[in-house]
Amino acid sequence: MMGMRRCKTLLAAPVVAFLVAVSGAAFASGGADIRMEPAPINRLDLASQQRGARIFVNYCLNCHTAKYMRYNRLADLGLTDAQIRDNLMFATDKIGETMNVAMRPADAKAWFGITPPDLTDEARVRGAEWLYNYFLAFYKDDATPSGWNNLLFPNVAMPHVLAELSGTNRLVTTEYKNHEEARAAALSARGIVVLGPGKDHTYVVETLATASPGALNPVEYQRTVADLVNFLDYMAEPAKNQRTRLGLVVLLYLGVLFFFAYWMKREYWKDVH
Amino acid sequence: MQKLLTWIDDRFPLTALWESQWGKYVAPKNFNFWYYFGSLAAFALVLQIVTGIFLTMSYKPDATKAFESVEYIMRDVSWGWLIRYMHSTGASMFFIVVYLHMFRGLMYGSYRKPRELTWIFGCLIYLCLMAEAFFGYLLPWGQMSYWGAQVIVNLFSAVPIIGEDLGIWIRGDYTISDITLNRFFAFHVVAVPLVLIGLVAAHLTALHETGSNNPDGIEIKKQPKDPVTGLPLDGIYSHPYYTVKDIVGVIGFLAVFSAIMFFVPDMGGYFLEANNFIPADPLKTPEHIAPVWYFTPYYAMLRAVPSFLGSQFWGVLVMGAAVMIFFALPWLDRGAVKSIRYRGATYKAWLAVFVVSFLILGYLGVVPITIWGQFPEGWPLLGAADRATVVARVLTIAYFLFFVLMPWYTARDKTKPVPDRVTG
Repeated sequence: MMGMRRCKTLLAAPVVAFLVAVSGAAFASGGADIRMEPAPINRLDLASQQRGARIFVNYCLNCHTAKYMRYNRLADLGLTDAQIRDNLMFATDKIGETMNVAMRPADAKAWFGITPPDLTDEARVRGAEWLYNYFLAFYKDDATPSGWNNLLFPNVAMPHVLAELSGTNRLVTTEYKNHEEARAAALSARGIVVLGPGKDHTYVVETLATASPGALNPVEYQRTVADLVNFLDYMAEPAKNQRTRLGLVVLLYLGVLFFFAYWMKREYWKDVH
Repeated sequence: MQKLLTWIDDRFPLTALWESQWGKYVAPKNFNFWYYFGSLAAFALVLQIVTGIFLTMSYKPDATKAFESVEYIMRDVSWGWLIRYMHSTGASMFFIVVYLHMFRGLMYGSYRKPRELTWIFGCLIYLCLMAEAFFGYLLPWGQMSYWGAQVIVNLFSAVPIIGEDLGIWIRGDYTISDITLNRFFAFHVVAVPLVLIGLVAAHLTALHETGSNNPDGIEIKKQPKDPVTGLPLDGIYSHPYYTVKDIVGVIGFLAVFSAIMFFVPDMGGYFLEANNFIPADPLKTPEHIAPVWYFTPYYAMLRAVPSFLGSQFWGVLVMGAAVMIFFALPWLDRGAVKSIRYRGATYKAWLAVFVVSFLILGYLGVVPITIWGQFPEGWPLLGAADRATVVARVLTIAYFLFFVLMPWYTARDKTKPVPDRVTG
């Protein structure tokens, strides 16, 4: 009997999942509108990606892994093995290793409530724009376990690890009676803006304001985040630059080939009337 | 060389086979743009098989290693990323080509007597292709792979009485698991491709038996023979004429293919979904599960059908019927002519209804049903219903009416006289 019940529960899970999928983003249409800043990244700017790699190994690679990314692959960014070994490798001495951390997933779960996700492909999952804004969207919130919250990712478990660089933000919430006013306010606000429903048919516009400065000024911090995201974007698909370079050659070749093939076809078809 | 060929021909009909299937196969001379998609489908099949073989060399069908092995292919295997992108882009391109190829058949009445079997083999190929795509989609073992498979297998679980057992039988487990991955791998790389190749051979043999249709829907075999060449007046040899023409088509196709593969391999999430870069997690359901674009018209139908007598099975039935009804096409069409060029306004209007329904349903299958909001509450019948669901219901009915009413409207259609010779 127990077996039967277990089997029914297991079967019910996918059915619920299916219904959730079907009713899908019922939330999204009644949920919040978010305006993000475009991510100023350039996949050909290797110097930016090198700086991003340094930030990544210093700030991210303590809790997060990048377990499909090998250290020696960083040669793509114009680095030699010696440079990688001296500046970027702290967790291992084998350059062919992937980027792992010493923290055990079970410990992480106990400490943060969730195992920090692997970041190798994160830029393909979230997109560069989302990641760039995510790092700009942290603010102080005493109500959360970590003391931090995020405009893009409400109640995120991750603390703001770059706070020493960015300084701290506080949340500015303004309530509006109707949607037009809220929209106008959201459009004229600077930076990341979230417009969502408030209590009693009101609308709430959320923005961030500086509470205390960090080691970097806001422009420097944005540049640092852009470097980091540029690196994450590279890591999610190391072959990207090779891909687009090869693509141009292939298209050019096919263009020439098409011309000759079309010419051949016309010559042969001259005797079809 | 000639001696070798004679030696072979005495023992195996090599020359005869080549000549009957292509070399001396007589085709109408008026094939237009739409006639590229047959050879392109064959090309896409070969591409998928060849790239698939190379992927199999590094892929591991093991729930603990599958995702990792795909990342290994994308990062560590020499040119692995290229082969993987060729295969993933190829899957979507294959469906684009096949849909256009089928639409060509609809427009010019290629399914009609005497080509019913060619059409039926084609429909079977389409079914196999769907199975192949479904099995293959599980293999990267990402979140969308996992939950997409979960949703589709649950369609079978909706079958009354035997449903639950059927689901377990397909999965080999109570949920999608390692055992499911292994059997899907077996189906994807061995079983379905074998059937597919056999069906393609049958499709082509049947076609080359009856001869090809053409944009005018004229039977060139019934034409008088040219006194010099002995061929039908509007017939030409496939080789070299269509050989050189199809080469142009293949190069054009490769250009489009390459433009996508090298510059937008994700195709904005339609060819490769963002969620599939997260490893499968049986405990975490993604917020929005949508099948890959080529299944979405049917998925929209499935969602549109309301549950009845406490069962979702009706949606599954409708979805199945929407695919299977293609098989009946040769016997539903009673038009006096084959080609759209000589059909009347009624048929053209119905074909337009069908195409528009298919496309909008395809769109609705991608987006959440709340996309267009709800009807105002006070409305009779429609009150508070999701607009998109109501539209999907209407379009599902329109889709079926195209087929069900076909015997009636094609017989009454005011057709134009068909000329004796092909035009342009």
